[in-house]
Amino acid sequence: MFKINNLSAGIGGKTILKEISLDIKPGQVHAIMGPNGSGKSTMAGVISGNDNYEVTAGELLFDGKDIKDLDPEERACMGVFLAFQYPVSIAGVNNMVFLQASINSIRKYKGLPPLDAFDLIELIKSKMKLINMNPDLLQRGLNDGFSGGEKKRNEILQMLCLEPKLVILDETDSGLDIDAMKAVADGVNAIRDDQRSFIVVTHYQRLLDYIKPDVVHILKDGEIVMSGDYKLALKLEKEGYGWLS
Amino acid sequence: MSKPKISNQYKYGFESDVPSDQFLPGINEDVVRAISAKKNEPEFLLEWRLKAFRHWQTMSQPNWAKLKINPIDFNAISYFSKPKSQADRPKSLDEVDPELLRTYERLGIPLHEQKLLAGVAMDAVFDSVSVATTFKEKLSEAGVIFLPFSEAVEKHPDLIKKYMGTVIPYKDNFFAALNSAVFSDGSFVYIPPGVRCPMELSTYFRINAINTGQFERTLIIADKGSYVSYLEGCSAPMRDENQLHAAVVELIAHEDSEIKYSTVQNWYPGDENGKGGIYNFVTKRGVCKEDHAKISWTQVETGSAITWKYPSVVLKGDHTSGSFYSVAVVNNCQQADTGTKMIHIGKNTSSTIVSKGISTGKGQNTYRGLVKVAPLATGARNHTECDSLLLSEHCGAHTFPYIEVLHPSAQVEHEATTSKISEQELFYCRQRGLTEEESVNLIVNGFCKTVFQELPMEFAVEAQKLLEISLEGSVG
Repeated sequence: MFKINNLSAGIGGKTILKEISLDIKPGQVHAIMGPNGSGKSTMAGVISGNDNYEVTAGELLFDGKDIKDLDPEERACMGVFLAFQYPVSIAGVNNMVFLQASINSIRKYKGLPPLDAFDLIELIKSKMKLINMNPDLLQRGLNDGFSGGEKKRNEILQMLCLEPKLVILDETDSGLDIDAMKAVADGVNAIRDDQRSFIVVTHYQRLLDYIKPDVVHILKDGEIVMSGDYKLALKLEKEGYGWLS
Repeated sequence: MSKPKISNQYKYGFESDVPSDQFLPGINEDVVRAISAKKNEPEFLLEWRLKAFRHWQTMSQPNWAKLKINPIDFNAISYFSKPKSQADRPKSLDEVDPELLRTYERLGIPLHEQKLLAGVAMDAVFDSVSVATTFKEKLSEAGVIFLPFSEAVEKHPDLIKKYMGTVIPYKDNFFAALNSAVFSDGSFVYIPPGVRCPMELSTYFRINAINTGQFERTLIIADKGSYVSYLEGCSAPMRDENQLHAAVVELIAHEDSEIKYSTVQNWYPGDENGKGGIYNFVTKRGVCKEDHAKISWTQVETGSAITWKYPSVVLKGDHTSGSFYSVAVVNNCQQADTGTKMIHIGKNTSSTIVSKGISTGKGQNTYRGLVKVAPLATGARNHTECDSLLLSEHCGAHTFPYIEVLHPSAQVEHEATTSKISEQELFYCRQRGLTEEESVNLIVNGFCKTVFQELPMEFAVEAQKLLEISLEGSVG
């Protein structure tokens, strides 16, 4: 479904990711773990098309097509979704208007007619219930004055409405209390199926108790130094990253 | 003369093939007399024009604004242009030159009443004359007078004599004096006591003829306890020369009445190198004459090479209120120096100012505003919000707020922000499937929301579209 072949990437001439390869099958959840500064967020940025980063070598094959030169919006329309670690706030833009613009932009790409206001509200409300999100947040500015947990829920709400094929959760668990983390996991688990794939970037194993990964990779100094199953995450939780050398 | 370059951005830039009866360029007393004679004006009006003209001759063009203005040769302008077919004022739309009707259709303003937006009465001003006013009968049933200015002069000279020049005297400023001398047409509105005007009133100004100036006057009077909402729109063909538009708008709100005045200004802005475009130098002022009167100005300024205007409110009665909501966009080489004056004279008066400036290309956007609280104005309140959004490297935003408070009980607040659209904001929107341009439009519309909310529904949609067109290709 999504394959990374020998990817090298960096920022401002400095190499961060070195010859990374990953093969994510349809329906799989891959966890990317690693200490601070290991390149986890760079990887999320490179896959989603943040042009602050430059790809110097390798391929990003999405359903067999190399997407590394595509604009972020095109990748988004194809089904790449990034749940941001730090979602931006845009005070003047109404949260619901933003979601509507996003949903309809992706529908347009798929050749579907735009959703009218009634269908849209119904869709959004049903998704909000899944993650126990306060409906008042819809009429506020985009993430404007949202708490940390509300912002992350809003990311998950967007994910639920946009139904992407590949979801990247970039440290979505950071700064969340246990209820919010469960809500996030509920959202993710609600759309897990045998086609949709996930990359869960995280520092801690905690989130993986709720979103069970098929494969766990350890990223260190821009390289994948070890891959394994869920047990690897448990070992990291117990022993930290120190034993990796 | 070379044909102006066709830009896909300004879709109202076409020229209509309408034969016109146009004065030779130049200005002197004979021209003033000739305009007055063309319109069969009463003696008092000619006298007023001549006084204005003589005063104008003693004045010189002011230069305090933050604007670069090419010298204007006032003798190179024709002060009167009128479609030939309008020689005898048509009695109904059937008698109007079909080419004129087509012009308005192309502008998206069909003048046939059955096709019009429900609930909007329209006065269409083409160069120096009004070509059609719709829904006259329906309005007169309610006692509302909505007429081209020159027709109002014939039919209601007493009202004109009583009110014209009372808010903006002919000596007010250089361009107001010029307008007072040579004004050609415009709209006149009178709402009788206790009447809520049954529909939105609207004037669409179109400059077509070459080398002409448009000098219209609008006079709106809301009598005791009445209400009216008035809208103006405007556009002009693309030409390499600058054309002058120097209008005067006076609003008079009597006791307990309310006037809402909205403008969607889309004059030709000139090309991307700053060639051509309209000089939009306008004097707009309203007076809340008696207690509890309200005046509200809303403007969306996307066009014109230069916009220079300060729609203002004189809060004379007690408990009166004034507001000014503005969105001004400058792109390419456009310049705007706009804002408002709120003059608090009565007791317990209040005013609100919301100004949103958007600059891109090499555009220069200036907010200039005065809040004045007179010595006897107890309990005056003002809230000013002044936000600038910069979208390019070479644009500019400038703010000159003047506050003069002469009574200690006044509460005056001023907030100002300047921002850019950040890379993170753009990437966030694009990651959700929006193009860069769609992202900018979404953010810009959000930025302008509080102003757009003040516009009547259809015009808010129109304003939003215009904004998108003005900003097309401006990102990066």
